[in-house]
Amino acid sequence: MNKLQIFAKGFLKENPVFVLLLGMCPTLGVTTSAINGLGMGLATTFVLIMSNMVVSLVKDFIPDKVRIPSYIVIIASFVTIVELTMQAYAPSLFEALGIFIPLIVVNCIILGRAEAFASKNRAIDSILDGAGIGLGFAMALTILGAIREILGSGKFFGIDVYSGDGALIFVLAPGAFLVLGYLIALSNKLNKKLYKK
Amino acid sequence: MEYILIIISAIFVNNIVLAKFLGVCPFLGVSTKISTALGMTGAVTFVMVLATIVTFLLQKYVLEPLGITFMQTITFILVIAALVQMVEIVLKKVSPSLYQALGIFLPLITTNCAVLGVAIMTAMNKDFNLMESTVFAFANALGFGLALILFSGMREHLDLIDVPEGMKGVPIALVLAGLLAMAFMGFAGIA
Repeated sequence: MNKLQIFAKGFLKENPVFVLLLGMCPTLGVTTSAINGLGMGLATTFVLIMSNMVVSLVKDFIPDKVRIPSYIVIIASFVTIVELTMQAYAPSLFEALGIFIPLIVVNCIILGRAEAFASKNRAIDSILDGAGIGLGFAMALTILGAIREILGSGKFFGIDVYSGDGALIFVLAPGAFLVLGYLIALSNKLNKKLYKK
Repeated sequence: MEYILIIISAIFVNNIVLAKFLGVCPFLGVSTKISTALGMTGAVTFVMVLATIVTFLLQKYVLEPLGITFMQTITFILVIAALVQMVEIVLKKVSPSLYQALGIFLPLITTNCAVLGVAIMTAMNKDFNLMESTVFAFANALGFGLALILFSGMREHLDLIDVPEGMKGVPIALVLAGLLAMAFMGFAGIA
């Protein structure tokens, strides 16, 4: 696999949300608007890139038996950095994302990439992998957030798209499940078309 | 009375899976059969209550007095990971039959965000005392179990239904979860 493929696979072929079905909790929980989805996606991307880099740098020093706890500590440190930074510089986003920021720690995408990719590859590839998967995650969250925001409150990134109230159900909990269900069906169809043997 | 309020609110009104979106991964992952859903519920209840008690005490008597609440995320996840490991070892020795039933679900629980989520929610809620926190954790675990078992029962029926090709598998399950969440919205306002 060349460098471009490592980076690009996260967007469609191995998209963490649409194809691998990982990180479902933040995906459904924070995507009430496009900006929340993007914020969550970028925060996760940062943690993913940094943890992938550090894991791949220290992989030779960590005994095999304690590798998972070690990865979790590395990830939790970066999550704390994000948490404090966001609280200081983007307090409104911090409020909106709420409990889901500390919960980036248990996002299975991050631990999954540390275990499946970063612990076997060189640092530079791991950074690319983290960036690709992270941005793919951010893309999925932004799309989901945008659709829910447009249908639910008639806005796109806070700008009015049409007048009147939207169908509130899309901003509430059931809308998250419904929209994601149809988006996954759509991405299955796309992937089948693009990667047909 | 207060306990009943906490319980009803956590199970029905603010259901942890269907309203708060915590623990969605196991909700989708192990909900294909009722028997596995029951096993997962047992394991989650066990760990969630234990983890909340331990993290509550840690927060109150270690993190807050020392003024290092920013270490919350790291401390809690380590405590939960260690606890899961310990529960696994103890269960294996003390009750092999229970270990047989819950065993495969235990490692999965470390990355179940419902457990960490409830621990953090309890720590952030300043009015809870130890007893209320325990009840809160137990009620949330029951809510998780209720959603999971209902959903797995529905999914068992789903296997018999002719679903359009593109919607097979996860997409239709998510639509189903959406309908279930809609049903739970009917409880809004009672507590």
